[in-house]
Amino acid sequence: MSVLVLVEHSQGVFKKKSLEAVQYAAHVAKELGTSVTAVAVGNVDNAAMQGLGAYGANKVLHTTESRLENFNSRAYTKVMLAAAQKESAKVIVGLHDTVGKAVSPRLAARLKAGMVAGAVGYPDLSKGFVVKKNVFSGKAFAFVNVTSDVKVITLMPNTFQVVKGEGSATVENLDIAFDDKDFSIQVKEVSKASGSVPLSEAELVVSGGRGLKGPENWHVLEGLAKELGAALACSRPVADSHWRPHHEHVGQTGGTIRPNLYIAVGISGAIQHLAGVNGSKTIVVINKDAEAPFFSAANYGVLGDALEVIPKLTEAVKRFKANH
Amino acid sequence: MKILVCICPVPDTTTKVAFSDNNTHFNTQGVTFIINPYDEWYSLVRALELKEAGVATAVHLVTVGKADAEPVIRKALALGGDEAIRIDTDSNDTYAVAAQIAEYAKTDGYDLVLCGKESIDYNNGTVGAMVAELLDMNYLGFAAKIDIAGGTATVTREIEGGEETDACSLPLVISCQKGVAEARIPNMRGIMAARTKPLKVVAPAAVDTVSTIVGYELPPAKTGVKMISADNMDELVNLLHTEAKVI
Ligand SMILES: Cc1cc2nc3c(=O)[nH]c(=O)nc-3n(C[C@H](O)[C@H](O)[C@H](O)COP(=O)(O)OP(=O)(O)OC[C@H]3O[C@@H](n4cnc5c(N)ncnc54)[C@H](O)[C@@H]3O)c2cc1C
Repeated sequence: MSVLVLVEHSQGVFKKKSLEAVQYAAHVAKELGTSVTAVAVGNVDNAAMQGLGAYGANKVLHTTESRLENFNSRAYTKVMLAAAQKESAKVIVGLHDTVGKAVSPRLAARLKAGMVAGAVGYPDLSKGFVVKKNVFSGKAFAFVNVTSDVKVITLMPNTFQVVKGEGSATVENLDIAFDDKDFSIQVKEVSKASGSVPLSEAELVVSGGRGLKGPENWHVLEGLAKELGAALACSRPVADSHWRPHHEHVGQTGGTIRPNLYIAVGISGAIQHLAGVNGSKTIVVINKDAEAPFFSAANYGVLGDALEVIPKLTEAVKRFKANH
Repeated sequence: MKILVCICPVPDTTTKVAFSDNNTHFNTQGVTFIINPYDEWYSLVRALELKEAGVATAVHLVTVGKADAEPVIRKALALGGDEAIRIDTDSNDTYAVAAQIAEYAKTDGYDLVLCGKESIDYNNGTVGAMVAELLDMNYLGFAAKIDIAGGTATVTREIEGGEETDACSLPLVISCQKGVAEARIPNMRGIMAARTKPLKVVAPAAVDTVSTIVGYELPPAKTGVKMISADNMDELVNLLHTEAKVI
C-alpha cells in the first residue's frame, strides 16, 4: 500500500505546488499508516529528487523517456498506472492544473476510482473518505465521499502549507514499455511565457477591471505588480475587449485562483467575478465608487481613482521593501 | 465525420447558491438552468462551424440528466445540431457521468467528442479526459483553437505556463475554452426548428458510482472591510505585512 503523487518540475526545479502535493500525500499516508511515493518525469537530477524527502516523500520513481518532455495525457497515464501497480497505490494525488486535469481523470477512469477534482482539504477518514472541494466556481464547497478502493485527488494550488523538514527520499528508475500509440500526438509548436509565475500559482495577484479605462493605463498596474512580484489578472470585459490576454481573465467563466493577496482595481465585484477570486486569503479593493459591491467582499478598501491611488501604493511598497 | 458535443445544464451564473436538507442538497428552487457556458459558447459553436464548413457531416448533442434537463437541451438545439441524446439518469459522480457518455458514444462511432473545459457547477473538468480513456482515444485539454482537415485535428491549447499547437489524427476528445469560437445567439428559425428536432431518450448503462456528495458548505462571510485613506498607502502596506501577513 502507498500514497502516490505526481510531481512537476520546471527545468529540474520542483514547483511549489508539487511540494504542496507531496506534503499533502505525506499527511494522508500518515493517517493511513503507509508511505509516499512520488513520480517524477524527465530531466531532473538525483539530488532534487532526494530532496523531496524533506517534504515527506519516502521514494521517488523516475522515468526519463525523452518523448515525455512534451506533456501528453495518454503517455503520462501509462507512467502513473505502472507506478500505481508497482506501489499498490491506494490514493493517487495530483494537481488541479493542466497536467493533473488531464492525467488524473484518465487514471481514475482506468482504475474505476472515485475522484475529487480541486480538493481544498485533507480526507476525513472518520466518515469514510470525505474530501472538501470547490464547487460553483468558489461560491461554495462540497464534501465528496470516495467509495472506491483506490482514490484519485487533484489539489487546488496555493491551498496547503509547505513546511520543509528533514529526510531524503530514495530514487528508483521506473522503466515503461511505451508503444507508438502513446505518442501519436505530434507537437508542432510550443510557446512558453518565460520568467513570470503562472497566475494559478501566484501568491500575490494584481487585477484590473474596466475602471482602468483602457489598455494604455495598464502600465500603472504592471508597475505595482512588478514591485510586489505579483501576477496580473483581469475581469472578463477586459479580456473580451482584448485589453489583456484571455488567460488573465478570472471569475466564474475564467480562472479560479486562491492567492494570499488579491488586489482588485477598478472592478465592480459582480457575482461572476467574485466566484473566481473569493478563495483569496486577503482581498484589497480599490474603487472610486463607495457603493461598489466588491467592498463588502474585501478585507481592505481604498476609495479613490485607480490612476492616482496605484502609483502611491507602488511607492509605499518600494519604501516598505527598502526597510525590510 | 461525426461530432458528439457534451452539454451540461448548470445554474445561471447569477444564482445565489443555497442548500437544503441540512446542507446535503443544492436547492434548485427558483434557480434558472442554462447551458454550461464552455459547452455553449465554444464546443457547440465550433462543432456547428465545422458542419457549416462541410468538414463535419453530423453534430449530435448528449446530456446525462433527467427530464428536467430537456429545456436546456432544446436551447442547445436552437443554436444548431442535428439531434440530441438524453441519457436518462442523474449523478454527481464524475466517473459515472463520463462512463454513461462513453457507453453511449461506443454505440454510434463518433470521430470527435467535444466538451467544455469544465462545468461551472461542480468544476471538475474531468469528463473529457475520462471519456477519452474509456474510449481509448487521445485527449487534448484546454483548446483555444481547433482546425480539422483530412482526418487530422490541429489544436492550439493551454499547457503549463504557455501554449502548444498539436496535430492529432481522429478519433479524438477535446475540451474547449475561450478562443475556440465566438458565442452565438439563437434566432427565431433555430428556436422553431429545435422543437421538432429528434431528442432521443436512452436508458442508462449499468455503471458503478464511486463517489457521492455528502454535504455542502458556504464560504465564511468576510467580517467587514477596513477602509484606508487613499493618502495613506503606507498604512495599507503595513497592515498587509503585520495584520494580514501576506507580504
Ligand atoms: C454568463 C456570465 C459569465 C460571466 N463570467 C465572468 C467572469 O468569469 N469574470 C468576470 O470578471 N466577469 C464575468 N461576467 C461579467 C460580470 O457580470 C461583470 O459584468 C464584470 O465582472 C464586470 O467587470 P468590471 O468590474 O471590470 O467592469 P464594471 O462592472 O464596468 O466595473 C468597473 C468598476 O470600476 C470602477 N471604476 C471606474 N473608474 C474608476 C477609476 N478611475 N478608479 C477606480 N475605480 C473606477 C467603477 O466604480 C466600477 O465599480 C460574466 C457575466 C455573465 C453573464
